[in-house]
Amino acid sequence: MATSTIPPRAAYGQFTPQNMRRRQIVNLIMIGIVAFCALIIIIPLVHILGVCLAEGASSLNLNLFIKPPAPPGVAGGGIAPAIVGSIIMLAIASVLGIPTGVATGIYMAEYGTRSNRYASIVRFVADILLGVPSIVIGIFVWTLLVRPFGSFSALAGGFALGAMMIPTISRTTEEVVRLVPQTIREASLALGIPYWKTVWRIVIPAASSGIGTAIVLAFARVGGETAPLLFTTLGNNFLSFNILRPMDAVPLRLFNYAIGPYEEWHRIAWATAFVLVIAILLLTIAVRRIARGRFNDGV
Amino acid sequence: MVFNASLAEIAIPDIKAFRNVNVRPALSTATSAAPAPAAQTVAMRVQNLNAYYGKFEAIEGVTLDFFDRNITAIIGPSGCGKSTLLRCLNRLHEVIPGARVEGTVKLGNEDIYAPTMNPVLLRRRVGMIFQRPNPFPSMSIYDNVGAGLKLSGRIAKAKLDEIVEKSLRQAALWDEVKDKLKESGLSLSGGQQQRLCIARTIAVQPEVILMDEPASALDPVSTLKVEDLMRELKANYTMIIVTHNLQQAARISDRTAFMLGGEDRKGHLVEYAATSDMFTRPSDPRTEQYISGRFG
Amino acid sequence: METLRVMRQWWHDRRRLGITATPSLPRPPMRMGLQADRRFRTLLGAFAGVIMLLIGAMVVLLVSDSLMAWRQFGIIPFITGTDWNPPFKIFGALPYIYGTVVTSVMALVIATPIGIGCAVFLTEFAPRWVRTPLSLTVEMLASVPSVVFGLWGIFYFAPWLRSGVESWLTHHLDWIPLFKGPAFGIGIFAAGCILSIMIVPYITAITREVMLKVPAAQREGMLALGATRWEVVRIVVIPFARSGIVGGAILALGRALGETMAVTMLIGNRGQIKSSLFAQGATMSSVLANEFTEATFQLYTSSLIAIGLLLLVVALIMNILGRWLVSFSARNEATGRA
Repeated sequence: MATSTIPPRAAYGQFTPQNMRRRQIVNLIMIGIVAFCALIIIIPLVHILGVCLAEGASSLNLNLFIKPPAPPGVAGGGIAPAIVGSIIMLAIASVLGIPTGVATGIYMAEYGTRSNRYASIVRFVADILLGVPSIVIGIFVWTLLVRPFGSFSALAGGFALGAMMIPTISRTTEEVVRLVPQTIREASLALGIPYWKTVWRIVIPAASSGIGTAIVLAFARVGGETAPLLFTTLGNNFLSFNILRPMDAVPLRLFNYAIGPYEEWHRIAWATAFVLVIAILLLTIAVRRIARGRFNDGV
Repeated sequence: MVFNASLAEIAIPDIKAFRNVNVRPALSTATSAAPAPAAQTVAMRVQNLNAYYGKFEAIEGVTLDFFDRNITAIIGPSGCGKSTLLRCLNRLHEVIPGARVEGTVKLGNEDIYAPTMNPVLLRRRVGMIFQRPNPFPSMSIYDNVGAGLKLSGRIAKAKLDEIVEKSLRQAALWDEVKDKLKESGLSLSGGQQQRLCIARTIAVQPEVILMDEPASALDPVSTLKVEDLMRELKANYTMIIVTHNLQQAARISDRTAFMLGGEDRKGHLVEYAATSDMFTRPSDPRTEQYISGRFG
Repeated sequence: METLRVMRQWWHDRRRLGITATPSLPRPPMRMGLQADRRFRTLLGAFAGVIMLLIGAMVVLLVSDSLMAWRQFGIIPFITGTDWNPPFKIFGALPYIYGTVVTSVMALVIATPIGIGCAVFLTEFAPRWVRTPLSLTVEMLASVPSVVFGLWGIFYFAPWLRSGVESWLTHHLDWIPLFKGPAFGIGIFAAGCILSIMIVPYITAITREVMLKVPAAQREGMLALGATRWEVVRIVVIPFARSGIVGGAILALGRALGETMAVTMLIGNRGQIKSSLFAQGATMSSVLANEFTEATFQLYTSSLIAIGLLLLVVALIMNILGRWLVSFSARNEATGRA
């Protein structure tokens, strides 16, 4: 301490050694607790991945991808119809989801000002759609596309998936289009190019990689969904390309095998789970890599 | 958390008054009689201080003594490292990831960067007022003033009332808020909020108060109130203030340190003298140039 | 995981819209007579309208198809009826509402502290090299499909719970009705636990966003008074981010309500109301998943759709409420209030 020309500090302001010790200990304990929380979150993920691999390794072979399901109890089956079905349904979903989502996103970005009531309503409704439970979407599509025609169909399944894709695509597209610099639009308008052409030929191409990101992310989200498919496409043991009839999908097959009674089914279920999770993870990571480079999407 | 030494340089001091070499800024008589350094004790001593943000060296080789119960102003153009120096004094600098310090800083006789010195303890003894008033919004005015106190353990309500009132009085804010102690701190004007922050700081009785451009975000009337407050507080506290406002430095400080960034953008201490001396007979030509407004 | 990202973006968007004027994109040119511009805008607007059509159709269809059930039983009796007996054509939704509420609340109770703790660690204490991998892990957890959680739950998580936590609880705390055994692994408890694992990433992500928005000046102000890092978090950061954190929890609750697959696989699917957490049960979404395709007559289907409607309404309320709270917090951040 400095010399005695300074009067002593008032006692109440200072920390006693006991106080300091106690607070240091509390500080350390709390850091420990929150670090523990972080650990708790990591463990399930690591465990799930590990277990999928361990359990499914024996079935992770070419047969899985190219063979149709075997009769119950017989080894060597695969999930080929499910893979094909998922791809087909994602394609159908894209027909509904991509144009609608992208167009909505562009509309929000270009015309969605405060004064535009319609845009505000659309934005609100899009957020609502995001919050609708996936099984309710399944019911809705059932009443819309299954009951009237009397048959489960891949079309209905794809439609349900597409409806789920719309809000995620539109949100990301809107963000990305907003990020396109002002100056580009202004330069184009200054050249006498009409506004619609500016958007169509200049802004959208500039945002195209971001829009691609949005679409891939939507696939990652929707590809693993089961609930909306339960009563729209129902599932199928055989390879089918008829979109007006039931079709199998990877998550559906996973579900049916997982709750089934046969060991062989369980093994295939694990392998399928592994493939599904890895596919989604890779998509997500790849997209983030690209997105971070472009938009500095902070972690 | 972005650190920037030259945030929001709002007011460029009107330097026309300095163009004429014979016209010197009026010095407040209360502070111009700076006693000779030999008779004073040293509150904080800085020796050969270098401060880094990662690889970037922000200040280099700074050595000076801050004297007890003085107001010391640190002036200089933006980016010269004034705020960095200030933050090194209460170890807020190291809070920024990658930031580190070399050299010695002593509070009294203790090296504040010694491994045995706990920054928590240090920051109690060296308080800080920030450029933008930052009262805690989730607390009332009363709780804001008591926020630091509650850390040191249980305090009887009566005692807390007494300290809160005393601090607010010292901060010249009591009369304005005594009827609304339970209201949010944000219900006050900018100048009042800054005085609230000052009350909060002095409630824990620090030895030194650091101020990082405390009045730059305030209107001129509030600025003068804060400056008056600083003069009153001088009796009990050592104050170190960073300011880009030369007139302010001249008005209230006893000693002034002038810092400058070189071509390598490292901040150096150029000159350190009693305020009256620095503004009338600066020994370094760069000081003279800065004060007379040729740059900065 | 994508929902995570979108929620985050939504948050950013709210914040931006809340504090700034509208983004200054050039207004469509004043010469509105320009046909092509108008057509383009209308075309885009029409696509945007598809969303409204979808939601509108959803509401209309769900309501109209469930009318039969509402008329048959009355709204309140349906919601409070405890008897779900298809052969006797009696349908009461309470067991499933009970299951949904209990599992979701349980998930929230477990996930909120852990999620907030992880967020605190991420923003305040984690060393820089840990931040990226850790937040990546959290997002990956959110992108694991529900069925995979269910699969893992059936064969690993539930047995683990049974031999570990559940057996301990039934031995030591079974004087509390909540923990009365026997515990088979499969049941409400397991469903609630796995649900909590599934919603933790959402709580972490949103809490983290909200905490990052607390201004540095606030943190430094508390540090300068001599606080430890934890005290800064406890006294300044969390109160400042309060409403956002609560909003995040409510949003996560909304998600938990609608979660179907993993819950279906772990809950035992018996529509009953028992006081013990280890009993088997069913949720609104699980009964839909299980019985919808087996509904053989119209009243059955209609009752199930009625449950779907209930689920929709509750999930949407939570969603809207949560988002409002989070945007409330965003506005506070902008003005420096809390």
